[in-house]
Amino acid sequence: MSAAVELDGVVKRFDAVAALSGISGRIESGRLTGLVGPDGAGKTTLMRLIAALMIPTEGRISVAGRDSVREAPSIHRLIGYMPQSFGLYEDLSVMENLRLYADLRNLDPDARAHTFERLLHFTRLGAFTERLAGRLSGGMKQKLGLACALMAEPEVLLLDEPSVGVDPISRRELWAMVQELAGEGMAVVWSTAYLDEAERCSDVLLLNEGRIAFAGPPAELTARLEDRSFRVTDIGSDRRGLLSTLLQLDGVRDGVIQGDALRVVVADTAGADRVRTVLKTRTGTLRPAAPRFEDAFIDLLGGGPGGRSALTEHMHDVPDQRPVMVECNALTKRFGDFTATDAVDFSVQRGEVFGLLGPNGAGKSTTFRMLCGLLRPTSGSTEVAGYDLRDSPGDAKRQLGYMAQKFSLYDLLSVRQNLEFFSGAYGLRANVRRQRIDEMIEVFDLARYLNEAPVALPLGFKQRLALACALMHRPSVLFLDEPTSGVDPITRREFWLHITGLVARGVTVLVTTHFMDEAEYCDRVALMSNARVIALGSPDQLKASVASDERPDPTMEDAFIALVQRVEDDARAAPEAA
Amino acid sequence: MRSPIGRPLRALVRKEALQILRDPSALMIAFVLPVVLLFLFAFAVSLDVKGVRFGVVLESQGLDARALAAAYEATDYFDARFFHDRRAAEPLLVAGTIKGFVVIPEDFAARLANGDAAIQIITDGSQPNTANFTAAYARGVFQTWRNASTTVAVEPRFWFNPELSSRRVLLPGAIAIVMTIIGTMLTALVVAREWERGTMEALMSTPVTLLEMLGAKLLPYFLLGLGTMIICTLMAVTAYGMPLRGSLVALLVISACFLVPALGQGMLISALAKNQFVAAQVALLSGFLPAFLLSGFLFEIESMPAWIRAITHVVAARYFVEALQTIFLAGDIPAQIVRNSLSLLALGAVFFTAIALATHRRLD
Repeated sequence: MSAAVELDGVVKRFDAVAALSGISGRIESGRLTGLVGPDGAGKTTLMRLIAALMIPTEGRISVAGRDSVREAPSIHRLIGYMPQSFGLYEDLSVMENLRLYADLRNLDPDARAHTFERLLHFTRLGAFTERLAGRLSGGMKQKLGLACALMAEPEVLLLDEPSVGVDPISRRELWAMVQELAGEGMAVVWSTAYLDEAERCSDVLLLNEGRIAFAGPPAELTARLEDRSFRVTDIGSDRRGLLSTLLQLDGVRDGVIQGDALRVVVADTAGADRVRTVLKTRTGTLRPAAPRFEDAFIDLLGGGPGGRSALTEHMHDVPDQRPVMVECNALTKRFGDFTATDAVDFSVQRGEVFGLLGPNGAGKSTTFRMLCGLLRPTSGSTEVAGYDLRDSPGDAKRQLGYMAQKFSLYDLLSVRQNLEFFSGAYGLRANVRRQRIDEMIEVFDLARYLNEAPVALPLGFKQRLALACALMHRPSVLFLDEPTSGVDPITRREFWLHITGLVARGVTVLVTTHFMDEAEYCDRVALMSNARVIALGSPDQLKASVASDERPDPTMEDAFIALVQRVEDDARAAPEAA
Repeated sequence: MRSPIGRPLRALVRKEALQILRDPSALMIAFVLPVVLLFLFAFAVSLDVKGVRFGVVLESQGLDARALAAAYEATDYFDARFFHDRRAAEPLLVAGTIKGFVVIPEDFAARLANGDAAIQIITDGSQPNTANFTAAYARGVFQTWRNASTTVAVEPRFWFNPELSSRRVLLPGAIAIVMTIIGTMLTALVVAREWERGTMEALMSTPVTLLEMLGAKLLPYFLLGLGTMIICTLMAVTAYGMPLRGSLVALLVISACFLVPALGQGMLISALAKNQFVAAQVALLSGFLPAFLLSGFLFEIESMPAWIRAITHVVAARYFVEALQTIFLAGDIPAQIVRNSLSLLALGAVFFTAIALATHRRLD
């Protein structure tokens, strides 16, 4: 049987830059193929080439036996494609979008009712047919996108990062749907930066710098890591310091924080022995762990970013004046008759990493914006570094740094000009200003990019620059709003390395995220749902709270889903208020 | 087999129509903007001279001099003030209180008899336009007075616009501006929006053809343009007393012909500039401004330098303005309508050829 997609020496160049250089491979029908790789590896380009929206510079692609250059129109009849940007019309309702795509696919009007019913049932959007697509939550948008892509009952379904910005619950639902489709014989290609998703695919195409680094079932790659993955448990208090120490050892390829424990990947047994030697002088037990795809991925790409951030040396200690750096009391925000946050209470200690999690629309961003002084609360109060945001917003803002989603950098300014602008915006003058800029350039190794536009930087450097701009005035509290959305694991590790360095100096960090592995880096996590905080505690406490006989060792994602659903079930069980 | 106007095209047209109906800004541009613009051009912008503050320095006390002064007093063009010494008028001119003055000298009667230059007109040259027409009107008043005092009476008569009201010339121009905004600006923006939001990428992965995509964008905006045209015409005729001496059919024919290059230009812009900001800027520079400056609606094309006159030939609004002014003020002149229509369609053909060359159904 012929493959659903055949790639033969595919090269794609944009001007002189090669996005893909020599991709060959097969994507089979009836299987879910994960397309993974760091940002800029060429995933989207490959998707567009397969969708016959671009022409390869060299090589050929055949989709369901048809040539992507000569037979593009017939490929368009056979595929369903969901681009990365939600490709639906936000000012049309769910039903109008479905009808539009049915017409574009020239679907027989008689068969239509049945198809719609099936898709709406499948995506569970039946109750929202009249709602405008723009008013749907992130997860529902993606489901609608999927429904539209499925309209033609395609032979090949191409999904370009369908889970970016989607909360774990919607992500799991989307995943289940796609798996069902593959089971029916469709070839599904799912590109993703989430490696736990890649691990569950039947096959994986791992792209790196425009080449295939690995192709095959994920277990095959993970098997290479046999006896090289470990967990370090019973660490005591300083797990961040220990991680930093371990990552500096020769033969340690990768390490991350998992709640109160660490996960390390070593290159060989000598590496494992070095870890054991370190652990003898500190508390901590090294236990073998089942390798994950992510371990193998990082290992294949040459290991994580090392153990130290130059930030730690350069940052000054935040004065230890007060134990509580951020506090909110009964924080409530209403937009018209819609309550975005409802009596939110929590406080964050100095030097703590505090995570704010929750499904799309739970009120995380609203809470965040009020804490940064970007929104005025309807009632309740917020304090940052002892300053009330209502009474002295100026003083409070001087104490906080903010890094927004998508890095708010000016692409028309060069890297140096961005640094100069942000230092000026925070009111730094003359010598201090020059000194801080030079410091940031050194810490983040930005010297060779000073005259380039941020848009031209590799993603990791873009992220460094954004962080540099937020740190220039030496804030004591740092707010990170989905700082690594859509960012690959290696860049994400580097980012957390810097954060760890800051925390070591006493900086307090608040972060919102959809990545559960990032939540594991937090000291404490507040889980929000429907405008309220529904759970608050350390990652391990949250995990333990949902442990059961069937699931003795739940993951952070399991905990997230279980806790949110528990509250939703309670709400449904409660009698309707009159 | 698919018929040429198949289901996909109808679906896309319906989608476009729904988007127009739900997007307040599109409706504002299509229906509120014409009302505002026509109102402005009908009342606020006026090239007419009326009640200009003007000095009359009466240095002669002769009968003739008094009679001329009375003529200045009587005309509607001027709000005349009288002085007996030019030194009294000068400071007021400097201060901008009066826009100019006429000096009727002591020896006025003698100069008049000899045929010498009898009066002196001084105007404020810092506002050249005002200075020009103030001088012209001042001279006109003098000439009319002199003619009236001889036996032959000259009665000027202006055809087509007997009141010489600038409103009647400006309104057709304003209509052309509104139509340019709808045809060029709006289409440039809506296609760029599809690129920006990524919906274009999704559309391209379906079996829809390029022709269907373009057609679906053009048809709704073509109809929207004609609808706006009817609203503008109704407003001009009923609210602002514009005569419509030609036929409604001629008006719609020339509007339809105008929309071809206007929409083509918008489509071409959005084929090249794939984001709304750039599209808006380019539409402003290449559509709106030429329609304003080079269409002959504010500035007469005949008085432009030759090379600029040459440029006006590729400005669609030029043909549209000329045809509109004729249809409103003079009536249907078939030869002129045909000539202008053909020019517009030729321009349209150029734009659509460029679109065909510039767009392909791919992302790279």
